[in-house]
Amino acid sequence: MRIVVDLNRCQGYAQCVYLAHEVFKLNGQEALTYEPNPDDDRRLQVERAAAACPVQAIVIDRLDGAKRGETP
Amino acid sequence: MTLRATVAELVREFRASGRIVIVGASLAGLRAAETLREEGFTGSLTVIGDEAYEPYDRPPLSKQVLKGWVPADHTKLPRMREVDADWRLGVAAVGLDRVTKQVSLADGEQVPYDRLLIATGTRARQWPNPAEAALHGVHTIRSRDDAEQLQKALAEPPSRVLVVGAGFIGSEVASVCRELDIPVTVVERGSAPLVGALGGVIGEIAAQMQRDHGVDLRCGLGVSSLEGDSEGHVRRARLSDGTTVDADVVVASLGSIRNVEWLEGSGLAAGFWGVGCDAGGRAFDINGVVTDSIYVAGDVARAPHVLYEYQFLAMEHWDNAVFGAEVAAHNMVNLEPHYRPHLLLPGFWSGQFGVNIKSVGVPPFGDEIVFTQGSVEERRFAAAYGHRGRIVAAVTFDHGKWLEYYGKLIEQSGSFPPPPPGWDQPPDMKPMPAEFPDPRVPTGIPDVVLTGHAPSERTAEFRPRRH
Repeated sequence: MRIVVDLNRCQGYAQCVYLAHEVFKLNGQEALTYEPNPDDDRRLQVERAAAACPVQAIVIDRLDGAKRGETP
Repeated sequence: MTLRATVAELVREFRASGRIVIVGASLAGLRAAETLREEGFTGSLTVIGDEAYEPYDRPPLSKQVLKGWVPADHTKLPRMREVDADWRLGVAAVGLDRVTKQVSLADGEQVPYDRLLIATGTRARQWPNPAEAALHGVHTIRSRDDAEQLQKALAEPPSRVLVVGAGFIGSEVASVCRELDIPVTVVERGSAPLVGALGGVIGEIAAQMQRDHGVDLRCGLGVSSLEGDSEGHVRRARLSDGTTVDADVVVASLGSIRNVEWLEGSGLAAGFWGVGCDAGGRAFDINGVVTDSIYVAGDVARAPHVLYEYQFLAMEHWDNAVFGAEVAAHNMVNLEPHYRPHLLLPGFWSGQFGVNIKSVGVPPFGDEIVFTQGSVEERRFAAAYGHRGRIVAAVTFDHGKWLEYYGKLIEQSGSFPPPPPGWDQPPDMKPMPAEFPDPRVPTGIPDVVLTGHAPSERTAEFRPRRH
């Protein structure tokens, strides 16, 4: 699955880190880094993280990349 | 049929079966394509990109990818919807003929359009000496391939990395090197890191931050030459003060060049600063007349900004690419009075040395700065920029939650110094000069390009065409 975090919106609340720590990490107090292409078996974790983000900064692909993603 | 009905019919027909071409297959190009479909455009859509890859996100390249946590090919952008486009990837656009309405591609093909979106962005400025740039170990970082190669080089690991230029990218590379425990020297022509984007006061803080993390930072200096060994691998740099630095990886982070060369001869207002357009993304021709069929979005677009005295701003910001693309795409398939303006309060972020640096507004537009919250010593603070008694920008170090407060003040042209936010105030709230370099002196790497100028500066010459 593919994700992107709108880091303009992100305010370092770290809810995503709490819910999916293999995908989202804080570098220091507030600077978020993340794996933009997490394994599909992390989808539930990532969706929970996205739902919990107070500023809704996590964008998840709406096409299922693995199954019917448009090429290119 | 009334004129009104005829126009409505034309719009309906264009949306149903018009031909739209997007040149540029990155963040702006992709979001524009998605928005066009979202808005009900069902005609033919072609997206042209010079790289062989589908649209990918760039910010992770200089951070988690360089560090080796995330592979470079994991940065493909999520899709908001199917765009059903004809993707021409790995082939660059090389020309535009506005009379026949065709884009020429590097492989000789001509792609006709009814409406065109220019989203060709920028590229990394290469090391100026071609022979030295060709040395093994000399890198730039802009594309996925660049990041992949530099990541491999850092994994070796090198004995020392030399970063030339301490803008955001250069500083982020230096930060990653220190996280990987690689010795790094940073050479910056300006007085401090980030000085073009945030001014000398913040630059001094950034400089101290780099030195505290063990970066060998040398400001006010240039690199005059790079020297390689007999196998053509870079080994040493000679600096403008005559000293040398031994390094086996050199990262040239010298800022970016706007991809406008392919528009030469098209008669559009395209040049060094980008492609001029109105606030709705409609491109201007060289005489400043707005076009009907050509739009611009992303890093390459420069549009007048209402909050900044209508100066033409080019912004290499992530959200500028997203919102600019959405606005341009909307306007491409609608008519006045339903055009939307691209009225963005600029904002960017950078993660380096464990600190989250964020900014809102246009700092280089300001000439004064005041610390409003937090503590500089703890590198956890907010500061506001002012111009003629008005707040025009703010920057935070690990204080991002407060940006919205300053953003609101900027939107309302609030007074400078701003009213104290009532929490976490530093003892000294006296404004001081922000210490931006003279805009006419090329230095640092501005993240926002201010292309306006005071008439008294006489930096431009007006030569009217006589009939």
